[in-house]
Amino acid sequence: MKGISFAVERGELFGLLGPNGAGKTTTIKMLITLLLPTSGRAQVLGYDVVKQAREVRRKVGYVFGGDRGLYERLSGLDNLRYFAELYGVAPREQRSRIGELLEMVGLQGRENERVEGYSRGMRQRLHIARGLLHRPEVLFLDEPSIGIDPVGARELRTTVKALVDQGTTVLLTTHYMFEADELCDRIAVIAGGNIVATGTPEDLKKRVSNGTVTEIEVFGLPDGVVPAVQRENGVRSAVVEERGQAQVLIVHAEPGADVTQAVLVQLEGSRVGRLMTREPTLEDAYIELVSAA
Amino acid sequence: MRIVRLIGITWWLQLKMRSRSAFDGLLSLLWPLFFATTIFLMFRQGNAAGPAMLSAAVGAAVMGIWSATSTTAAFALQMERRQGTLELLVAAPTSFALLIVPLTLSMATIGAYSMIATLLWGRFVFGIHITVDDPAMFVVSVAVTVIAIGMLGFLIAIASVRYRTAWALGSALEMPVWLICGLVVAVSSLPAWVRPISWMLAPTWGMAAIRDSAQGGGNPLAGLAMCLGLAAVYGLIGWFLARWMVHSARVNATLALS
Repeated sequence: MKGISFAVERGELFGLLGPNGAGKTTTIKMLITLLLPTSGRAQVLGYDVVKQAREVRRKVGYVFGGDRGLYERLSGLDNLRYFAELYGVAPREQRSRIGELLEMVGLQGRENERVEGYSRGMRQRLHIARGLLHRPEVLFLDEPSIGIDPVGARELRTTVKALVDQGTTVLLTTHYMFEADELCDRIAVIAGGNIVATGTPEDLKKRVSNGTVTEIEVFGLPDGVVPAVQRENGVRSAVVEERGQAQVLIVHAEPGADVTQAVLVQLEGSRVGRLMTREPTLEDAYIELVSAA
Repeated sequence: MRIVRLIGITWWLQLKMRSRSAFDGLLSLLWPLFFATTIFLMFRQGNAAGPAMLSAAVGAAVMGIWSATSTTAAFALQMERRQGTLELLVAAPTSFALLIVPLTLSMATIGAYSMIATLLWGRFVFGIHITVDDPAMFVVSVAVTVIAIGMLGFLIAIASVRYRTAWALGSALEMPVWLICGLVVAVSSLPAWVRPISWMLAPTWGMAAIRDSAQGGGNPLAGLAMCLGLAAVYGLIGWFLARWMVHSARVNATLALS
């Protein structure tokens, strides 16, 4: 990280967006005391993450995406029992708390099965239950919806919203822009270890909203087209996305500029599919911010 | 009270986890029998009989307990790292050392099976007549040795928190301890310069206590006291070492695989 600085309000759902290797997970790991910063200062709920690590650990929960982070040979219930002990949940409260969380994440009735037989969605729900066992005031969610199906992802978003409604502060990292757009009160975009923009999803969209986005489907995009398009008058940025057999050239135009014709000239000789002009989304804002960094 | 409960529950769940792999379970069943067979054949070849064979049986059994702990203790933390749970253990508000002790104790507990297996194997396959002079003291000695070996395993395991390849340490120490702690040959038969090392290792005293309580004579209580004292020292060293290693792992980002 290169001297990032941001503050999250109590009860806020704050998103950290950025490409792979940008430093999102490193930031979270510093905040939950798994990594020690070489310089600078960070506080969670007023506790210094270096000097008061134990206080921070009592107050925060950490949930990450993917298959790892659970004991495969134990049942879901035993995993929760184990972590309840580790996180100091009072013995009298453990049974009711675990039952409550199993119900919340929809694993009731499956808790006695071994985790090795769980689907990815079930594991992710168990992760969430684990992260909430000790009623953390701040919850760190590091790409929690990675690899889970759309229904599971929607349920996850509902759960996260409910937690925020109950007063939990959430710091979320995700690669899914619609998820960030739907959930986050504010977002920071990290690229190359720096924060390149902070604001509400609407603020970020406004950065590219004075203009339009043109998407052109191309089958076999020739080399050199993207830089040529970027040099065209009225073009703010141009990027390519792979979508199955096709590449989609996404061109952000300056306000009032119609760049479609100029771009099509650059694509002469290529097989062009669908062409669409639309309003910018959070993803467009993100791509523009990250590309410019 | 909370610490006792924490150690008890985590020990039980770790034990449950480790006893659920059919492959590991089979190896755990067979491994002590190989040790026992090798030792019994060696001793029989040397025309050993009576107390010498009983001593061999006890030595082979403690070898099993030690091997079950040493080779797996350090590797267990590497496994925790691989499955992404090591970070969760460190991120918990509970002292990391307190979470590792039950983990290695669970391994030593599994190893304790080798005591029963070895004695039965010796009795029924090799016809070794086993008479234990003081059964109560024998059981206590075995229990204390299991705990002490668990604590020694804890000391070995701690290095794996910081160094991803330190899991090899357990395998490297497995056989030297067989020799140095008098599990195969008496400590008095070792070169004089080795003996101070033997005295610093709890299995030496555990082995002596087990042997004395089985054969009669000697003073098993002295061995037990030394064994317990050393286990406490290992715990204390491990406690400080764990803090240092975890700190270093947080600085060097070695808690995760990447």
